[in-house]
Amino acid sequence: MASKVINVVVAGLGGQGVVKASDILADAAFRCGLDVKKSEIHGMSQRGGSVASDVRFGPHVYSPMIPAGQADCLIVVAPDQVEVNRHVLKASGILVSPESLATVPGKIQAKSVNVALLGVLSNVLEIPLETWEAAICANLAEKHHRLNLEAFHQGRQATA
Amino acid sequence: MVAKLSERMLLSGDEAVALAALNAGVALGTGYPGTPSTEILEAFAVLGGKAQWAPNEKVALEVGLGAAFGGARALVTMKHVGVNVAADVLFTAAYTGVSGGLVLVSADDPGMASSQNEQDNRQYARAAGVIMLEPADSQQAYEFTGAAFAISEQFAQPVMLRMTTRVCHSKSIVTVAPLPQPAAAPDFKRDIPGRVMIPAHARPAHRHMRDKLARAATYAETCAQTIVERKDAALGIIASGVAVMHAREVAPEASILQLGLSYPLPMQAIRDFVASVERCIVIEEGDPILVTELRAEGLAVEGKPERFRFGELNVERVRQIIAREELAEPVVAPGKPPALCEGCSHRPVFEALRRLDCIVAGDIGCYTLGVLPPFTAMDTCVCMGASMGVGLGLRHVLPPEQARRVVSVIGDSTFVHSGLTGLAEMVYNPPPGGHVLLILDNGTTAMTGQQEHPGTGRDLAHQPTGKIVFEDVVRAMGIDYVVSIDPLAHDNALDQALEAALASGQLAVIVARRPCILAAPKIRQYEKAAAEKKNTCATACAAQ
Repeated sequence: MASKVINVVVAGLGGQGVVKASDILADAAFRCGLDVKKSEIHGMSQRGGSVASDVRFGPHVYSPMIPAGQADCLIVVAPDQVEVNRHVLKASGILVSPESLATVPGKIQAKSVNVALLGVLSNVLEIPLETWEAAICANLAEKHHRLNLEAFHQGRQATA
Repeated sequence: MVAKLSERMLLSGDEAVALAALNAGVALGTGYPGTPSTEILEAFAVLGGKAQWAPNEKVALEVGLGAAFGGARALVTMKHVGVNVAADVLFTAAYTGVSGGLVLVSADDPGMASSQNEQDNRQYARAAGVIMLEPADSQQAYEFTGAAFAISEQFAQPVMLRMTTRVCHSKSIVTVAPLPQPAAAPDFKRDIPGRVMIPAHARPAHRHMRDKLARAATYAETCAQTIVERKDAALGIIASGVAVMHAREVAPEASILQLGLSYPLPMQAIRDFVASVERCIVIEEGDPILVTELRAEGLAVEGKPERFRFGELNVERVRQIIAREELAEPVVAPGKPPALCEGCSHRPVFEALRRLDCIVAGDIGCYTLGVLPPFTAMDTCVCMGASMGVGLGLRHVLPPEQARRVVSVIGDSTFVHSGLTGLAEMVYNPPPGGHVLLILDNGTTAMTGQQEHPGTGRDLAHQPTGKIVFEDVVRAMGIDYVVSIDPLAHDNALDQALEAALASGQLAVIVARRPCILAAPKIRQYEKAAAEKKNTCATACAAQ
């Protein structure tokens, strides 16, 4: 894993699993033995408003919030939330959105798009596959494991 | 969550407080739901702690104080504005002191992610005279909670643990360490002069409280929560809470003094720190409290420009404070605002209020979203329960053609929290043209994440308990005009009920009842489980 802090913003609308996706990512990084901080605002966002969650991991993380223009990756679950969040990305940053899933095989259910986008992200992060799978299973009820592991693997097959 | 010692866990600040409370032997956790504090008691209950929702924060703190008088450790949680409700208890509890540890968590919301103001509750420690601790991340939330109980017992004083949204809701790594000083067994020891605050007892109690604070200030000089990181002498930063983390990121070379015990201040340690650096800046979120107090001590410290008083701090804003940059705040594209859910039972209510051109005194909850388009059907929203008093005040003074359109709108949990005294006011001082109160009963405390309250008849863990029936309360308090309707029943029922009540010129209460669409499946499960349990009991009893 890189020696610097990796910054990932997960954004979307309340009810799309933004916080769940960031929980899975933070847990995966945690399982790699890294320092991790994750931060978001909940509250009124659960009423369908914009929500963004910051995940930071590396040898040592201080602030839980990612400064604007310093995100290495931005995952956006709702296509209409791309523009309002783009300012968080650094110039060389990677945007992952439902468009990134255009080339993947099969259909992805709406409620698993968040995890499918983590699959796309997994191609650029040095987190082992089994760690991702463990984090997905640890953060979801057992009845949702199969669907989400499938979605994750579909996302991994996205061609950039 | 598991709680083995030296285990490494990824926890939110709220979860870390709950885990520490469990490991500290807290006998009772109580509070009222409020973002960002709600998850503390929920996590405490999941861990096996005894946790309960109180009808409001004042009652919660009273229950916690009673437990602490009994020698037990009590944890009381609320959001910042909840402390306003509990303040009456807090100020005199600072005089009575406690036997068992009493920790009041105040979860502040700088930036107002989900609140009606961004009051800085560090002011309460000063105003009431109680010791305050401020963790900066989840590890400190765990450690400081443990320390807070020990400190509370050492000084026989309630302790405030002040958190903020970013500390409550951020997850970071916690290594579970043993906590100091186990809890003692509850035992009532009579102390009439110490706990019965008649003036003859309260006068010496005030002096006693100031003596305790003076001793706490000495303790703060060398306690584990006063953390000095000596690095470069060119720049020194004094900070508390999450601002410490932003400062470390911006200025890794700077010396930092974290005031983890932020009231009473360790003034000698601060003086030494200021003297040891060439330039010293106070980085504090919210009001300029520390900087004002340090300057009053004659210390040459820099503060922040007034614009940083508003909203949360973050890495970029702290950078600008340190660099003395006078930049305008960046304009960020607005996101999508929250909205009432599709199918929400509040929707037809606000459509009707708009259609009837009502003057709506609103309240705190999901239904406050009735102020936004397409409804724009709310005219005031101030604090929990204010719909009732504000509506009545308007009714008393407005000309009749306006007065008769005034409606107070309050949710079920808010009605129990602070609507009952408003109802007493309505009965006792009725406006000449009557008044209409609309109770929106969706069977849950929806906004904060579907917590139970005394009107649902289920406790924090969703098990059956005593239930307050609103219609019965309203009648018992002297209002006979009570109508219950399902706001989604058919097109005109709600309009007709409202029109009739408004035209009656009497005191009228309409209960619009329909479960929250998000909570409804769970409510059905709880009701089914309760019915099955009841049946099993009945069968068992009949068999005897």
